[in-house]
Amino acid sequence: MPTASPPARPKPPDPDVLPVGGPLAVALVGLGDWTLFSVRALTGLVRRSFSASEWLRVAVDIGVNSLTVVVITGLFIGMVLAVQTYNQFHTVGLETSLGAVIHLSVVRELGPVLSSVMLAGRVGGAMAAELATMRVSEQIDALACLGVDPVKYLVAPRFLACLLMIPFLTVFADVAGLVGCTLICLHVYGIDPHHYWEHSRNYVGVWDVFVGVAKSFVLGGVMCLISCHRGFHSRAGAAGVGRAATQAFVFAFVAIIVLDFVLSMFANSVHDLVWPDAKTKVI
Amino acid sequence: MADPVIQLRGVSVRFGRQQVLRGIDLAIDPHQTVCVIGESGCGKTVLLKLLVGLLKPTAGEVLFEGRGVADLGESELTKMRLRVGFLFQQAALFDSLTVYENVAFGLRAKGGVSDTDIRSRVRDRLAEVGLTEAAEQKMPAELSGGMRKRVGLARALALDPDVMLYDEPTTGLDPIMTDVINELILRTRTRRPVTSIIVTHELRTVHKVADRVVMLEPVVRLKPDEPQVLYDGPPDGLATHADPRVHEFVEGDATRRLGAEE
Repeated sequence: MPTASPPARPKPPDPDVLPVGGPLAVALVGLGDWTLFSVRALTGLVRRSFSASEWLRVAVDIGVNSLTVVVITGLFIGMVLAVQTYNQFHTVGLETSLGAVIHLSVVRELGPVLSSVMLAGRVGGAMAAELATMRVSEQIDALACLGVDPVKYLVAPRFLACLLMIPFLTVFADVAGLVGCTLICLHVYGIDPHHYWEHSRNYVGVWDVFVGVAKSFVLGGVMCLISCHRGFHSRAGAAGVGRAATQAFVFAFVAIIVLDFVLSMFANSVHDLVWPDAKTKVI
Repeated sequence: MADPVIQLRGVSVRFGRQQVLRGIDLAIDPHQTVCVIGESGCGKTVLLKLLVGLLKPTAGEVLFEGRGVADLGESELTKMRLRVGFLFQQAALFDSLTVYENVAFGLRAKGGVSDTDIRSRVRDRLAEVGLTEAAEQKMPAELSGGMRKRVGLARALALDPDVMLYDEPTTGLDPIMTDVINELILRTRTRRPVTSIIVTHELRTVHKVADRVVMLEPVVRLKPDEPQVLYDGPPDGLATHADPRVHEFVEGDATRRLGAEE
């Protein structure tokens, strides 16, 4: 199993090569290092340079153990959205459209973002801390000395587990959000069920579910790679491990929000391109 | 005389503004047991990690059997590393694996070894370091410091290395366990023709196992043109060396240092 040295800490920017000083240069160097790290992890995925048991352990942690928290959060987000928007829609007599608006928001935006953010907090921080501890206790060096590429062996199974589990979590978050919204709309505000569901069916389609799930792949994958990267580049000591875990969540959270915006724009453009006459449907 | 297994030519290492190694020249012959001693922070562990390519020198080159470690491709570097056993300071056992899985790890990663052979090799190595089958299913968290070091040694020996690197193998152990580890280092050398480099503070280890001692001084304590290697010779010569810093280290005497600081 070919290997290389564990990735070294990124070098500080060379002012002769990169004539931009300060935080921008540091950010660019960090981004470049993260890209190389991600490519190496993907290579590990292709060559399957990891054990199935390691993958299964992470997959169970991500999928099964995160399910409850994702469902509870999704349920209450759906309920809160219904409570917050009902008055505005009721004033103009459009309360039966609440289902369409909230279901669309949940399926396209809140589902994937919520499950990715919950995963970043519950799993991303833990992954970063685990890898950082391995770095500090020289276990990552030991892997390299035993002829194993630490990035391929440790990051690839986590990445694969995130990719496979996050769409399921997203679907559960979607369903929980819809249930929460429906409970409030139909049973608390007494909206007519027929029109409520009719509007939902007209506005929420397969494309919307597809966009939401597709986004979750990207957001979950990026979240995992950011968390693992932070763990691998942890500084020494307990403070270093704590800092890596915090950075993993903060960096992943910002990346999820920014990427969500970019992906939403992209999805809308693709929709316009494929179905030019259905512009009004895209919210 | 055979060519050196490991050579360092003008090796310097710098982390940011901190210079750790400066112009180190060292050649280690086959089957030699070399102890690298020196104060904390003089770059002993860094030197060890340079030899297996875990760190790269800022200047100079590290050669393994005449080939630059930095020039080796990915698969060549792997092959080289599989010929080197590394016992880490805290043993660096994989937390999520049992003792058995830790020792078998290198063999499984290397591939081409049947499960039966792995089992017998793991049991042999564990027996070699004085551990019974009862220890096989224990997790690293359940082991004492001495046991962890012994499992780490068994893991490093599992691939029958040509070169063994020991990073402070006896630090933090009681005197009896220190002697056990020293004895294991000696037995390892007797059982197989291995070249050993041992980074240590323990003079008992030096006198018991070393053919040759290399003493390093922290760069911050050196004058600009002074070599970092203060002593390079047999263990017996340490006590009679002319440099007072060598004598002070051997005797554990900080009087002159404390006087200078006051």
